Amino acid sequence: MQLIPCPWCGPRDEVEFHYGGAAHVAYPEDPQSLTDEDWARYVFFRDNPKGPFAERWCHTASCRRWFNAIRDTATHQVLAVYRMDEAKPVTS
Amino acid sequence: MTVDHPQRRSPLAHLTAELAATPVGVSLSEVPFLTQLNLRVDPLGRAARAVEEALGATLPTAANTAVAAGDLDVLWLGPDEWLLVAPEGRQESLEKSLRQAIGTEHGAVVDLSAHRTTVELSGALARDLLAKGCSLDLHPAVFTTGSCAQLPLAQAPVLLLARDSEMPRYWLLVRTSFAPYVAAWLLDACVEYAASGP
Repeated sequence: MQLIPCPWCGPRDEVEFHYGGAAHVAYPEDPQSLTDEDWARYVFFRDNPKGPFAERWCHTASCRRWFNAIRDTATHQVLAVYRMDEAKPVTS
Repeated sequence: MTVDHPQRRSPLAHLTAELAATPVGVSLSEVPFLTQLNLRVDPLGRAARAVEEALGATLPTAANTAVAAGDLDVLWLGPDEWLLVAPEGRQESLEKSLRQAIGTEHGAVVDLSAHRTTVELSGALARDLLAKGCSLDLHPAVFTTGSCAQLPLAQAPVLLLARDSEMPRYWLLVRTSFAPYVAAWLLDACVEYAASGP
């Protein structure tokens, strides 16, 4: 079982966490002006890199806080975790 | 026709005898009907300071820690959320004093006393027993006295509080509907200790 380091609770079982998709997807500044295709891009289109990927996770079984994590999609290694109000750390 | 006066029955009342008959090294018992209040308030706000004054205890801000003030325990549940645990029957007076302290500030107090029951687990083998059902580091140097954690124990969500980590004594706050399952799991998990006992 993989341990994920919650920024509040420390390393915990992965089953305690809930995945929340890609992080840093900004809500459209002027939603009224979006075309259907723009909406589709905002709602459905995500990067799918092989390597480090910034994601949102929620520690549902404990503190129930959302946080961001940078996870290597090839190795499942969690490279960094940071709270919602913290800047995205630089990982090599 | 007579109507029987309804009597309050704790979730594990029917397992009292089984819980008392555990092998040497493990002691289990239910601590029923504890007062439990959920408190949500901005930890940096004025309301938090007023609450601390009303309780005579500080609200722990370090994650997964609890502070005890007399017979009251304040458990950290989240950065702006705490659980207050007190002896039976204190919910109304405690809730009233907390509401008065918060006043018109932003905050919430919810009486959750019926939500969970408490299982006290102690004995030299208590830590080994818990380790069978969770991956939390329970070493007394890490999970020290006054540590608490919300975690799945054998897949059932529990709130674990280390009342004493050196002479292991834990409180497991378990949801009422999960309590018989968790008690049955604990009883089953300590069966092997009966064989190795004296």
